[in-house]
Amino acid sequence: MDFGPFLLLALMEGLVTAAVLALTASGLSLVFGIMRVVNVAHGAFFMLGAVLAWFVSEWVPGPPALSFAVALVICPLIVGGIAALADTVVLKRLNYEPEATIVATIGLLYILEQAALSFFGPDARPVPAPLNFRIQLPWFGYSGYKLAVVVGAALVLLAVWLILKHTRAGLVMRATQIDRDTARAFGINVDRVYAGVFAMGAGLAAIAAVLIVPIQQAHYLMGGDPLLLSFIVVIIGGLGSLRGTLVAALLIGLSDGVISTFFAPTLAKIIATLVVALVLVFRPQGLFGKRMA
Amino acid sequence: MTNKLITPTPSRRTILKGMAAGGALLATGLAPRFTQAQSSAPIKLGFQLHRTGIGASYGRWYERTAGAALTALNEAGGINGRPVEIVFEDDGTDPKRGAEVVEKLTSQAGCDLIFGTLFSHVVMGSAPRAGELKVPYLVCSEGHHVASGALNRWTLQPGITDVKSQVQSMAPWVTSTLGKKITMVFPDYAFGHDHRDFFTAAVAAQGGEVIKHIAIPPTETSFTRYFPQIPSDTEVLYHVMVGPAVLTFVKELGEFYGTGARPEIFGFIDSLEAVNIASPGLEFLEGTHFWEGHPRYKQADASAAETAYRAAVGVDDTGASVSDPADIATYAHMFSAWETLFVIRDAMTTAGYQGPADRQKVVEAMEAMVSFAEGNDHPQGPKVFNGKTHQAFGLQSVSKVEGGRLTRVHQTAMEDGFYPDEVDYTTQSF
Repeated sequence: MDFGPFLLLALMEGLVTAAVLALTASGLSLVFGIMRVVNVAHGAFFMLGAVLAWFVSEWVPGPPALSFAVALVICPLIVGGIAALADTVVLKRLNYEPEATIVATIGLLYILEQAALSFFGPDARPVPAPLNFRIQLPWFGYSGYKLAVVVGAALVLLAVWLILKHTRAGLVMRATQIDRDTARAFGINVDRVYAGVFAMGAGLAAIAAVLIVPIQQAHYLMGGDPLLLSFIVVIIGGLGSLRGTLVAALLIGLSDGVISTFFAPTLAKIIATLVVALVLVFRPQGLFGKRMA
Repeated sequence: MTNKLITPTPSRRTILKGMAAGGALLATGLAPRFTQAQSSAPIKLGFQLHRTGIGASYGRWYERTAGAALTALNEAGGINGRPVEIVFEDDGTDPKRGAEVVEKLTSQAGCDLIFGTLFSHVVMGSAPRAGELKVPYLVCSEGHHVASGALNRWTLQPGITDVKSQVQSMAPWVTSTLGKKITMVFPDYAFGHDHRDFFTAAVAAQGGEVIKHIAIPPTETSFTRYFPQIPSDTEVLYHVMVGPAVLTFVKELGEFYGTGARPEIFGFIDSLEAVNIASPGLEFLEGTHFWEGHPRYKQADASAAETAYRAAVGVDDTGASVSDPADIATYAHMFSAWETLFVIRDAMTTAGYQGPADRQKVVEAMEAMVSFAEGNDHPQGPKVFNGKTHQAFGLQSVSKVEGGRLTRVHQTAMEDGFYPDEVDYTTQSF
């Protein structure tokens, strides 16, 4: 294949990776930024979204587009609900101690994975795509749905940004992020904010999963890769900085697409992990993070 | 309070005396009730099962196949007049866990031997432990690692042909019918490396050439990025893929080529095991070819044994479960679980198997076997067994996708798959 089309394909693949990654990582970043919780179970929430999307596609009759739309609404709500419950029942009782929450979310990860294994089974199961058109370029064909995923992810991210910047809920979240105690003194119910933020973070992972599952199939172990890549993105972008997360997701996604197409996907992962190490050494707060006092 | 309120009966001293006496009795063979009686206890066979992990869809069907074979075996009188049990143990398709499963089945469950392992990296991880425990370990993995001499005297593969023989027997058909410039896509671990090494050599022997190797990590979930590496002068694309993402792989291949020009496609059915060929997005497979160890769709010339086998395992004529048409079998491979069980029966019968002390005799009995006739015990077809290399050889099918189903267009001859011995396990000590 010639260089031009080769690059085009690499960029398109990278863009899809970047879009889904931006969604997943923004959930992780939100939770860390506001709650200071390193959520190791984030990949499990992602997997849960995909698995639930499969159940919805089985149970909702009618065309795939309808069941997909239902899944896009229901799955994030259910996953968010489970996350809020986990926050109230577990994380809150640990007083959000950093070490304790890491261990607790590792436990949560195992519980969710084994639950999926028990109720969903060990097989990879396909979910039909809501739209089934292919784009036939002169050099190669490409899935139209993949491009729709990019648009969908961009819309959701825009919505998240609007919520954070222009709604009362967003204001309360930002206030809690800046100073938990002062926020409480001003009458903000910090417990409810935390539960809501944890739910929102998990919900974002679930949306990303619902978008990706027609491409990838639902499987109980699918949360590993998104978790690793999300951490990479969040660390490079700066923990807690949504803007940094977006920029880093684009950077990692596109470079992953280009490097893995031209060379090897394993090399792309090696380089991404190396960049994380370099960022941690030379700029520990990340590209856009604020240096902590 | 007296110190005689609670008297331990029997006392520690009495127990020790009893144990010593009992031990002496056993050691000198003075306990005929236990050591010399003809046991009617069930023979326990351990089955190392990929119930979870990347081999799960195979595991589900291997369990059903082994269960059906067990029923048939026990109805016919078991082994040496004793009923047979199978103890299934999940290894998570994980090599590390595999070795533990071998240990557990042997030491805790008290199994007489172990069989059923499919994924070659699990075989590689488990076989050394079986050798240390001196327990017969019969794999169903297709890997060349048994016949290559990499394993040990306790590991045999009597139920399925290895990859080297499979690809060598089909290479002449591929190069003469489809084309001589070939690009290979394969999983980047032991099983895929067998394909890479032996198919490349076999093609070269036919005057063809493999112009590009594309290795894909077995845990990969997205494949489009690999396809641009396929050279445009490729005449035949050879693909073999395993794991949960096989459907994604084939779908993305279809998206990539779409309606544009594409090379001939020859795949191992592994890329589509447990996947419905009529799935949306797979229409492009029409007219492409597949290797099948055992044809998924019942062929017009199917034998009575093949029909009975399908019915016993619960597979319909299209290769789906009779109870759930969406549950597609791993039909091309799972016959090996069935056939291995009957090889075990024959070997244990010849060896006059009584208990774990006779394990070595079972291996020796198997090494003395030379062929298995087609029939109810071997529904996939006749096989030749090489006792020196511990490897079975059978017939391979090349099928073409026509009208959304697989129809056999070529069957190899037995001698197509023979190659010079690379090891003689019978010279190794137990």
